[in-house]
Amino acid sequence: MEQILYPLIGGIIIAISSSMVLGGLGKIAGITGIVEGALHRPGKNVTWRYAFILGLIAGGFIMYNAAPQFFQYELKASPLTAIVAGLLVGYGTRLGSGCTSGHGVCGLPRFAKRSFVATMTFMGFGMLTVFLRGVL
Amino acid sequence: MISNLFSLFAGIVFAVGLSVSGMVNPDKVIGFLDIFGKLGKWDYALAFVMGGAVIFNFFSFRYLIKKKPLFDTCVSLPTNKIVDYKLVIGSAMFGIGWGLMGICPGPGIVNLATLNPMAILFVASLVVGVLLYRWTSKFWFKL
Repeated sequence: MEQILYPLIGGIIIAISSSMVLGGLGKIAGITGIVEGALHRPGKNVTWRYAFILGLIAGGFIMYNAAPQFFQYELKASPLTAIVAGLLVGYGTRLGSGCTSGHGVCGLPRFAKRSFVATMTFMGFGMLTVFLRGVL
Repeated sequence: MISNLFSLFAGIVFAVGLSVSGMVNPDKVIGFLDIFGKLGKWDYALAFVMGGAVIFNFFSFRYLIKKKPLFDTCVSLPTNKIVDYKLVIGSAMFGIGWGLMGICPGPGIVNLATLNPMAILFVASLVVGVLLYRWTSKFWFKL
């Protein structure tokens, strides 16, 4: 039960945050979209992005200290894997206009066709990559 | 000012959700993507993250999209409706990177708080990837 309960509650908390961003700021809470926009010169449409990213890090810091049980894992990747994965994720999410949050959490509930195709594609290729890692 | 505090708070809530859900944990993510059980038993738990989030937002977005946002004049939504090769190739690249590391962008940023060197390297490379796209995006429009 716990196995399912935490993911379900966590998913709803993520949805509450993205609903806050839509209802408060009128924006779609896509993480890479926010990061991309934050890499522009400071201006009226940039500060909320800094604030959100700062919140992500601050929230991570709070959870890491207050609830370390959610961080019981090791990032086992080699430096090369981290670099290649980061480049693919950064480049790919901009070419594809979104990641798990923008297309998945915010796009699917709006029945956006592009988000449906994107989500199926990145989940499919994620599964394929893990499958190949298991076989090779 | 108050809207930026609101945004900061939304970011904190997002990080709490990512942590509680297990999305920050690459072992859980890889276990979920491993549907053929090549690295162990398939861990379906993370399907409930997306399920819970999508169902909640299905109801809240329907209401919020029609409302004027608290701190802005109108809601801005993506206008592009066309499924093109850029969407598919980009999403495929993202999927491969996600499968390699087990971390998507949000959890990558949350993991910065752990000061893990690989998380920092991943997020730094992600930023470089975003900038590389900005410098090469003209190429994709020509195709």
